[in-house]
Amino acid sequence: MSPTATTSAVEPTAKKEKAAKPDLRFKRLDITMKRQQYAPDALIEVLHVAQEAFGFLEEDVLQYVAHGLKLPLSKVYGVATFYHLFSLKPNGAHTCVVCMGTACYVKGGDKVVEKLQAELGIELGETTPDGKVSLMAARCLGACGIAPAVVFDGTVGGKLSPEEAVAKVKVWEGEG
Amino acid sequence: MDLQELKAVAQAEQERQKSVRVHCCTSTGCRAADAMGIYGNLKQAVTDHNLEDRVEVVGVGCMGFCGRGPLVQVDPDELLYEEVTPDQAASIIEAMDGGTAQPIQGDVNHPFFARQMRVVREYSGKIDPERIEEYIAVGGYESLHKAIYEMTPAEVVDQISKSGLRGRGGGGYPTGLKWATVAKMPEGQKYIICNGDEGDPGAFMDRSILESDPHLVLEGMAIAGYAVGANHGYIYVRAEYPLAIARLQKGIQQAKKYGLLGSQIFESPFDFKIDIRIGAGAFVCGEETALIQSIEGGRGNPIPRPPYPAQKGLYDCPTLINNVETLANITAIIRNGADWYSSIGTDNSKGTKIFALTGKIRNNGLIEVPMGISLRQIVEEMGGGVPDGEVKAVQTGGPSGGCIPRSMLDTPVDYDSLRKVGSMMGSGGMVVMDDSTSMVGISQFYMEFCRGETCGKCVPCRTGTVQLYAMLTKILKRQATKDDLAKMEALCEMVRDTSLCGLGQTAPNPVLSTLKYFREEYEELLIEPEYLSDLNGKEAPQEVNA
Repeated sequence: MSPTATTSAVEPTAKKEKAAKPDLRFKRLDITMKRQQYAPDALIEVLHVAQEAFGFLEEDVLQYVAHGLKLPLSKVYGVATFYHLFSLKPNGAHTCVVCMGTACYVKGGDKVVEKLQAELGIELGETTPDGKVSLMAARCLGACGIAPAVVFDGTVGGKLSPEEAVAKVKVWEGEG
Repeated sequence: MDLQELKAVAQAEQERQKSVRVHCCTSTGCRAADAMGIYGNLKQAVTDHNLEDRVEVVGVGCMGFCGRGPLVQVDPDELLYEEVTPDQAASIIEAMDGGTAQPIQGDVNHPFFARQMRVVREYSGKIDPERIEEYIAVGGYESLHKAIYEMTPAEVVDQISKSGLRGRGGGGYPTGLKWATVAKMPEGQKYIICNGDEGDPGAFMDRSILESDPHLVLEGMAIAGYAVGANHGYIYVRAEYPLAIARLQKGIQQAKKYGLLGSQIFESPFDFKIDIRIGAGAFVCGEETALIQSIEGGRGNPIPRPPYPAQKGLYDCPTLINNVETLANITAIIRNGADWYSSIGTDNSKGTKIFALTGKIRNNGLIEVPMGISLRQIVEEMGGGVPDGEVKAVQTGGPSGGCIPRSMLDTPVDYDSLRKVGSMMGSGGMVVMDDSTSMVGISQFYMEFCRGETCGKCVPCRTGTVQLYAMLTKILKRQATKDDLAKMEALCEMVRDTSLCGLGQTAPNPVLSTLKYFREEYEELLIEPEYLSDLNGKEAPQEVNA
């Protein structure tokens, strides 16, 4: 799920939609927790599902998971903040993940990052103010054969020059 | 399922296979260049040309030459096509019907292929990883049967010990010794964990094994379970590898259906089940104690050893943790015997090792070579050297390894030799650098990595990596003096000697190794201390007065 253009970035989208209709995404969490027999060691599994369903982990989701697995919220929060994959802030409508592995670095991945940062006006790990694009870094995608690699909305692109990467992002920026 | 039925499945599959098999790589690297489109077009072309009776298109795993992907190979003629595009795909099929193939034809006798020795990757790129029948057809799961019915658990451990296999995760701990430790623990609940948290930037051999031949690892785990008396295994895979996860899930389901995993395998009293655990992006989780914490659903903080996981690991039970590549070697050792395996490699490092050859090099991709081959052979013969310029250094072992300079390219590649020159085997990433790469920059890059990935539990690693990164940045900004460099070296040694786990202990390695071999690059960036230049500035006019 991604925030629509109508909602401001300040207000979490999940709450808005919850008020409107019963939220099926919490149902998904229930099913997952039930399948894991509410075992506390399934926490990471459940957070994966939550992140997929909600796009990010806001506080009421963390509370819901803590309650379901009978864990203190501090533990759930601790795990959610420890792992890089979990995000506690909403992501943009599009995500651009730049690989920062060694092979990509040696082949000019750092220049790709610089160009993208200049183009979007944001740092790694941030989202543009209009909520369109999130720029993120991955430690290593394991696609070193096609370095430098960038993932645009889940599709891996390889052997990219900084200009090519910027061109792909520009398409998103141009969307109304 | 018994051996007869297993052989029958293999027989049926061999009969089903068409005489010409068009292998199309569908691994992550080639998928980025639309390998799935090529796969679809190849299938369509076979239908269009009415060749279904003798030609089949098979989506396979990695063939190794990732830098020239997407790859398509037509077997048994061994025609290799490189950098195929979807619209060229049909011409490959037309070539069988009298047409000409458009894509660039690769040379299967190129040193990149010819110098390899394939043990683990024997069937990578030759079989469809999503069909267990293809794995059975090449003799899959026979080793497991052999272990259960022809060997005692102690004999299996003995074979692994005799083979001389050492941990392929990078540490090089003798695998047989680890197995024996777990096997000796009193009976009861024990676990097998397959460590697929391949976090080293620049290494992707584990991903490739899991994507290309998942059953090889599943079978290795089951044999390990039988040998040490465990009946439950976990595979811990990084979330960054969705394709590997999907193929493992499929593989486990298929193996269960055939009765090769689950309860009473091959109708023996041996049960073994495997669950997948997905990581969530933390490099430190490759450290075994942190990995256990993560499987238990907590933060990946390492805990001091001893007790080692072999004595007290997952849920406080004896736990055997092996890397993906280590477990992928097991099947071949059981099939061909320990003597065969120990005849490959050097005195202290047996068998083959897969390296991910990347960076500024002509041919990049995955290679499997016998231990003891020299770096020069890998970089110059197989890798084809640097496209423009000369090799400056080869970095092995990721953030815990070091840089080996050009003058030492004749170093044989094995655990002990690499350690001797200040690097380490690591998981097998090999990044080639040319003269355009700044060694101080590379150190800073790795230190930034460690700084971001430290779990923060122990002080030397948490604060040391931050300080080292700041010092390296200072050097790069030309603001550091000789004293700063001396301080940095002292801090490196302290972090190395006092950190809790392998991450912190090896984090200074890239800095120390570049300091050892490329000290002049650091010194070039140093400046005179301020008080000296001030003095010089003040003294000069005095001299004029005098």
